[in-house]
Amino acid sequence: MDILSNLELGFSVALSLQNLFYCFVGVLLGTLIGVLPGLGPVATIAMLLPITFGLPPVSALIMLAGIYYGAQYGGSTTAILINLPGESSSVVTALDGYQMARQGRAGVALATAALGSFFAGSVATLLLALFAPPLADLALQFGAPEYFALMVLGLIASVALASGSVLKALAMVVLGILLGIAGQDVYTGVPRFTFDITDLADGIEFVALAMGVFGLGEIIRNLEDEHTRSVGVQKVTGLMLTREDFRRIVGPVLRGTALGSLLGILPGGGAMLSSFASYSIEKKISKTPQRFGKGAIEGVAGPESANNAGAQTSFIPMLTLGIPSNPVMALMIGALIIQGIVPGPNVVNEKPDLFWGIIASMWIGNFMLVLLNLPLIGIWVRLLTVPYHVLYPLIVGFCCIGVYSVNNNVFDVFAMALFGVVGYVLVKLECEPAPLLLGFIIGPMLEEYLRRAMLISRGDPLVFFTRPLSASLLLLALAALVVVLLPSVRKTRDEAFKE
Amino acid sequence: MSRFIRNPKDVITGGLLLALASMFAYLSLDLPMGSAVRMGPGYFPLMLAGLLALLGLLVLIGGLRFEDAGEPLSLAAIPWRALGLVTLAVVVFGLGIRPLGLGAAMGLSVFLSALASRRFRLPTALLLTALMVAFAWLVFIKALGLPLPMRGPWLGGY
Repeated sequence: MDILSNLELGFSVALSLQNLFYCFVGVLLGTLIGVLPGLGPVATIAMLLPITFGLPPVSALIMLAGIYYGAQYGGSTTAILINLPGESSSVVTALDGYQMARQGRAGVALATAALGSFFAGSVATLLLALFAPPLADLALQFGAPEYFALMVLGLIASVALASGSVLKALAMVVLGILLGIAGQDVYTGVPRFTFDITDLADGIEFVALAMGVFGLGEIIRNLEDEHTRSVGVQKVTGLMLTREDFRRIVGPVLRGTALGSLLGILPGGGAMLSSFASYSIEKKISKTPQRFGKGAIEGVAGPESANNAGAQTSFIPMLTLGIPSNPVMALMIGALIIQGIVPGPNVVNEKPDLFWGIIASMWIGNFMLVLLNLPLIGIWVRLLTVPYHVLYPLIVGFCCIGVYSVNNNVFDVFAMALFGVVGYVLVKLECEPAPLLLGFIIGPMLEEYLRRAMLISRGDPLVFFTRPLSASLLLLALAALVVVLLPSVRKTRDEAFKE
Repeated sequence: MSRFIRNPKDVITGGLLLALASMFAYLSLDLPMGSAVRMGPGYFPLMLAGLLALLGLLVLIGGLRFEDAGEPLSLAAIPWRALGLVTLAVVVFGLGIRPLGLGAAMGLSVFLSALASRRFRLPTALLLTALMVAFAWLVFIKALGLPLPMRGPWLGGY
């Protein structure tokens, strides 16, 4: 079996002492920031990007991946214990998890979350190992029009699946693309939108944009109203699930895993949407829906499995096509590019140690997370008592040194300060910053494939519609756009996000 | 709020988008356009600027027609102190990193951003600053070996 020898290669890479160490650092940091509200994986990974310069690519990616799925675990801990979701993907876990904790079943809720996540993570990792290579082979046959169509579909889907106004999200994507293509034109060397500033010749630094908008903007937003954090932490007792509990969670875990795996692959999907979708499905098919919101164990098991599966499978489009499905994956692509690796279908074949090493490390990382989360829960709980006004100046400091060390360029620091204000303004105007970041990353690729496709077709735009694959991808994108703009669908979508 | 503008947030967004679109369009017009076969550097951006203007217009019109469902925009709720101080902290870091070195630049930026909170206490802020400077020295200079002096030329370093 091919896959077995590949997995063997992966485990041999991931089990090296160095990579085990970085995997551990990643999941530990991930859990930490997942526990701390107000600090998300996007800002953390952006801060750590510069540090990954000095690491080998495999170790860098293993660590960054660990932060992402570790954050999903950590976020659920705070959701259950103090009704304060550390991550947006754990919002629904708080609904029933906190109620369980109030009924003295905090341990059971935490164990359910950990076991469900572990199961879902393992399955999703296996799916990734099974489906990514054939998908990459398929992608190798893609021409420029197909890539262009795929990216358009990805951008539209991320807009359709985001919460809030579709029009504004679309505008954010377009604005992101425009910012992304600033700098020297790759074909002609003509500087674009640089205002004759030499520092802008290479374009806007991605880390400055990401950290400004997601790091600083978020801090300013959090300083708007500083509440005392409720430290009414629920006591943790009895981690063991009863037989009855097991019987109840089997279905939700399986369904959540399937749902999360599927939604994770979709651009813009990932962890958050998966958990929301899983919760509403569990509530809908339950014989006793009135128990939901009052401590139903199914309401913890389903979403927790789903968000972890979604976090895992969102690596598939990134690793096989080089197309990010959410801002975290955009940062991963940034990390690969820093290492001189062009993300895309060639990664699987040309860098098998990287590809399979990451996959194997995810399974190991998930295992570490179970070990980390259950026995060490007391430490995580104590961390919650760190007040925000102590935490955020440190984050500002990290952002500064982080963005400076990317290019040793002061200009990037000033750019980050500007984007911090921009990020705050965007949040105030209810414009989602995530589509902006996706557009920024995809923008240059989108333009390149468009120009290449037009060159091949001798300027005939019909090329996108005469090739069956690109035509169907574009039709799919159009359908997605029409569907979300229909008023009736929009209503249910808003309700789904409200729930 | 006047009856004419139903949703000020969307009207502002639409206006901003239109302004940005015009700026990008104006800048693109200076660039070689090329043809559809051989697109010049200005072709794609001009298309995007047009799209952005259209979207901005739609958002603007929507803001005039439909009521705002979310929380209303209020200038009083904007944390001017946090906005100003956090931004200042970052700018000061940028200005100070070369002449003052990592130690002083980091210290200043952490202290300034600590000032942004309404829960600011001098002892805590000083402790945080010292902690972060020590940490930056340990991790970024000792462990990662970034080519940064702890003390810059203005402070007697090199």
